[in-house]
Amino acid sequence: MSHLDAARFQMAYSLFFHMIFAALGVGMPALLAAAEYLHLRTKDPQYLRLAGTWARATAVLFAIGAVSGTGIAFELGLLWPEFMHFAGSTIGPAFTLEGYAFFTEAIFIGLYLYGRDRMRPVAHWLTSVAVAVSGAASSVLVTAANAWMQNPVGIETLRSHPEALSPWVVFTNPHWPIMALHSTLACYAATGFAVSGVYAWGMLRGRTDSLRQKALQIAVIMGLLAAVTMPLTGDVSAKVVARHQPEKLAAMEALFVTRTRAPLLIGGLPDQETGKVCCGVELPGLLSFLAYGALDAEVMGLDQVPRDEWPNLPLVHLSFQLMVGAGLAMVLVGLYYAWVRWRRPADVARDRRLLWLLVIAAPMGYLALEAGWIVAEAGRQPWTIWKAMLTADAVTPSGGMDPSVAGFTALYAALAVALVLLLRRLRHE
Amino acid sequence: MHLWSTLDPVVGAALVMLLALMAYAVLAGADFGGGIWDLLATGPRQEQHRQAIARAMGPVWEANHVWLIFVIVILFTVFPTGYRALGIAFFGLFHLVLIGIVLRGAAFAFRAAASGESRQWRLWSPVFGASSAVTPFLLGLAAAAVSGGGIRVLPGGTVQVDPILTWYSPVSILMGLLTTAMCAYLAAVFLTVETRGEVQEDFRRRALWSGAVMGLLAAALLPLLPAAMPHLWEHLTRPAPAPILLGGAALALLSAAAIYTRRYLLGRAAAVAQVVVLLSGWAVGQWPYLIYPDITFHGAAAAGPSIRFLLQTLPFGLLVLLPSLWLLFRVFKAEVR
Ligand code: HDD
Ligand code: HEM
Ligand code: HEM
Repeated sequence: MSHLDAARFQMAYSLFFHMIFAALGVGMPALLAAAEYLHLRTKDPQYLRLAGTWARATAVLFAIGAVSGTGIAFELGLLWPEFMHFAGSTIGPAFTLEGYAFFTEAIFIGLYLYGRDRMRPVAHWLTSVAVAVSGAASSVLVTAANAWMQNPVGIETLRSHPEALSPWVVFTNPHWPIMALHSTLACYAATGFAVSGVYAWGMLRGRTDSLRQKALQIAVIMGLLAAVTMPLTGDVSAKVVARHQPEKLAAMEALFVTRTRAPLLIGGLPDQETGKVCCGVELPGLLSFLAYGALDAEVMGLDQVPRDEWPNLPLVHLSFQLMVGAGLAMVLVGLYYAWVRWRRPADVARDRRLLWLLVIAAPMGYLALEAGWIVAEAGRQPWTIWKAMLTADAVTPSGGMDPSVAGFTALYAALAVALVLLLRRLRHE
Repeated sequence: MHLWSTLDPVVGAALVMLLALMAYAVLAGADFGGGIWDLLATGPRQEQHRQAIARAMGPVWEANHVWLIFVIVILFTVFPTGYRALGIAFFGLFHLVLIGIVLRGAAFAFRAAASGESRQWRLWSPVFGASSAVTPFLLGLAAAAVSGGGIRVLPGGTVQVDPILTWYSPVSILMGLLTTAMCAYLAAVFLTVETRGEVQEDFRRRALWSGAVMGLLAAALLPLLPAAMPHLWEHLTRPAPAPILLGGAALALLSAAAIYTRRYLLGRAAAVAQVVVLLSGWAVGQWPYLIYPDITFHGAAAAGPSIRFLLQTLPFGLLVLLPSLWLLFRVFKAEVR
């Protein structure tokens, strides 16, 4: 691997790892708050047992999220010092506010996890709400930094008169609100389906008591509510990408030639050398419609992009397909659950087809989440800051990339294995 | 209020960063120290020691850890030139620090999920302990390099590191050991307040021992400073800051005496004050350099108004933060069981 590729790999690997726990850090507190609330409302002790077990898992997951996030904060400077030198003061305000959100989150998770016997029940429930709110706030705020890399508003001022640039500029970016919404909702979808898959698996193996049915219900509701919003917010995202990053849209859709009535490509494997797509299905005009709201709008193709500025087409295109496909699959599975729950409530824990579908859907949220980030991040290449700084110019001049990549790959892999072994032993008490 | 608005924003931001660093040193420093005592636990009550450490750290260590994030964020938001230079110069060192931080947190959390004496507990305990001991040592090396001219930034921006001044010089090694000893001392002192009976006596003895080690390390380091860190030394021995040094020494004696006479609350207050004074001394000696001798705070500051952003949002942030922190420590640290 070249120096640059090694740095990109380490960054991507660390972010993938962090994102697994970060998404749970957004989603789990919401589940906890829901279970605690239901306990307060119904006085049903099963909800308290649920919250207790989830809290034990969250304690471990949250810790890994916090330390891997620290890893990224360091790595921004260790791997991309030139980027941070240039842009640190511009995206810094997003991280500063996020810092307060982290603080609140870390404080209240301590209170929540260890404070049950030291607080009144309502106060204890409120601490879980505080964790959920600050977790979502972290996610919303950190995407402001990323959205600025996608659409660097104020970049001219930053270059010519940095002293005149408003510190709020990172929050005035039209790319940010939709990105924050779409990617934060993705955390709830991913957590919801992952948790429901665990319970569905247990039910297939005979653990079908009412406690687990309640758990499944809460998790699917959260997952489904979030999942149905994904195509809607994703559609807006695509329109924003079409406006600010038409090159990325062309890569997502493997559109080699600029044209009107551009088709939406389903599946297919683009070949960067020949400019052909193998094995895909084209829906005429739909891309023009989705991107610009008119069937015969012109959509820019890769022919308008210098060849050395193409991102990795197969990667970006297939990741986009994966995100959309997984997203639609989750909606269908969630709706099927809702239908069974509505028409034959007694069957939920016995319907093996439903349970298997939920098990299959369990990783879908995460696949879509990570694939979506590949679309956003790999689709932005070769730019770290869109049209302003090349990734190659952002990378550190330091040597020693190989040992650090090897070390971090091994470290996170070992932690992942240890964590899986540990969580497998977690049971309802 | 008037003072706040006339303050040079660069000085203000540096002060905020220093305060966050102090909070990290005192609070997370004690958490690292907890890991060190976990590693060194011996004797008939070693499991009780480990449980006491786990109980004391459990609810607060993540919040304590966030102070570091805060320092880093201020560094790149307000002093991006400094962050760049440190990122390049400490590529290896900070990666090791990171591994230490990740392993420490993960091992602590994995261990806490198991019951004492399970296989898992025995597997992760040494990892937790060893990473807690090594990480502060590495941070001490970094501080030595920053103050001792171990990092040079040439006019074109090229960053050079002197591996000897960073890794092998007696001063850097002593600084590393001193940082580790300080963590151990803080932890032992804090634990005397949070335990009772024989365990408390054990931590009292450990506090006295580690305090003595700290004193010896400081005594060994002091004669080396004039040659190794001339700038720092010159500042510290000028009449105005000299009281800081003397005050630090006096507080060190006070905290040790208080522990010796079993006045633990006083001991804890004096130990905290001692670390605060030590870091203030370091900061005063360091000023105006962020990285001696090529990067000053003013030179590293971003041209944009991110400094004012930090200072203006700070009161609002603290409005959320301070009551929350107060609640956290009141719920878990107020009564002594
Ligand atoms: C559960 C996860 C999930 C699901 C089901 C979807 N997405 Fe997504 N998507 C994400 C999770 C995600 C993400 C990981 O959160 C991203 C990465 C960056 C971002 O803002 O959100 C993302 C990015 C992203 C982008 C690129 C934004 C950019 O580069 O700035 C587009 C165009 C879409 N999505 C569109 C869709 C569409 C049309 C979907 C239809 C089903 C969809 N997404 C489902
Ligand atoms: C969209 C992407 C991201 C989301 C949604 C996200 C969300 C979160 C959440 C919810 C946490 C709390 C810990 C947990 O729940 O496990 C967390 C921790 C953290 N994240 Fe991220 N994060 C993202 C990307 C990043 C990036 C790019 C950085 C780089 C600076 C970062 C730095 C951190 C840090 C330093 C922590 C630890 C805070 C603590 O100690 O509590 N995160 N993140
Ligand atoms: C948490 C979800 C995220 C994931 C999974 C993710 C994924 C990735 C991937 C795959 C790359 C490598 C791209 C390539 O080189 O082809 C990358 C690069 C990078 N990402 Fe993200 N990203 C996430 C969020 C963020 C956020 C919120 C930031 C905000 C600062 C960020 C900053 C960066 C930087 C600085 C690089 C390196 C420079 C570059 O490759 O352009 N990422 N990320």
